[in-house]
Amino acid sequence: MSAQATTETVLDVVTETLTGFGTEREQITPTATFEELDIDSLDLAELAQVVEERFGIQLRGADVKDVKTIGDLVELIAARG
Amino acid sequence: MTLRRPDAACALVTGGSRGIGAAIARELAADGWAVAVNFQRDEDGARRVCEQITAAGGAAQPIQGDVRCRDAAEGLLRRAAKLGPVLCLVNNAGVRADNLALSLTDEEWESVLDTNLSAAFRLTRLSLLAMIRARFGRVVNIASVVGPRANAGQANYAAAKAGLIAMSKTIGVEVARRGVTVNTLAPGLISTDMTRDVESALLEGVPARRAGLPDEVAACARFLASDAASYVNASTLFVDGGLAA
Repeated sequence: MSAQATTETVLDVVTETLTGFGTEREQITPTATFEELDIDSLDLAELAQVVEERFGIQLRGADVKDVKTIGDLVELIAARG
Repeated sequence: MTLRRPDAACALVTGGSRGIGAAIARELAADGWAVAVNFQRDEDGARRVCEQITAAGGAAQPIQGDVRCRDAAEGLLRRAAKLGPVLCLVNNAGVRADNLALSLTDEEWESVLDTNLSAAFRLTRLSLLAMIRARFGRVVNIASVVGPRANAGQANYAAAKAGLIAMSKTIGVEVARRGVTVNTLAPGLISTDMTRDVESALLEGVPARRAGLPDEVAACARFLASDAASYVNASTLFVDGGLAA
């Protein structure tokens, strides 16, 4: 069963996933950009898969191409929840 | 990054009912993979391969599917995954439709490109996420010396195989840091049903002065799929008795 996609739960899942990629937890803030965190399209593709598994929300390339920060991504996902 | 193959992993071998594909299926099973042996029409052949594998103590299942069908790829992977997470994909299914370029029909061009290249891409694309998540994956694409080398009468086959090599290199570098390797085997003249009609004419050009055996190609596939080949990526291994040199 998919979890409820609130801002808090989404941020938790995004943080957990990105730290799994090797990103330092304290660097994952709402204003941090993917570029600053060295998160590239392969990371985002895997993150999108995790989001789908956890929340049942599908993200396509076009959905995230203008998303720059962690906060933007969390809001985008939570809005679809 | 996981450098060791996870337990209970499955390898999907397309075109596994005979020839090189059958040999690869047996060799991967001998190395501990559960093997999904894909076939299009030759169910008896696929079942024989699976029986050989299970008689030797391995696990295998025949899986019917036409790799050319755009909708088939998801179904193939879903059924293969019943044997275990699909962490090895061998794109072996291939066809020939030879003719000089000025006589090749659109159908002959498209069917060879579709089976030998596009189908391999579709299956690879669908299999990558599971491999990335597992931090372990092996894609082994069966190309040919034809492609890097010209062979009159096979413009379509050459284009497909050369494309497979290029595709493998690019995808390999995309996913390398997730422990996924994408490599190509380029067999030369290998003694199978597909080459029986041209074998003797081509042997003169082979430095080894003989056709290769499917088991010799399979041994290379086994290596590329193994833990030992973790640092081999986006590369092409020629199994051709020196033909391409």
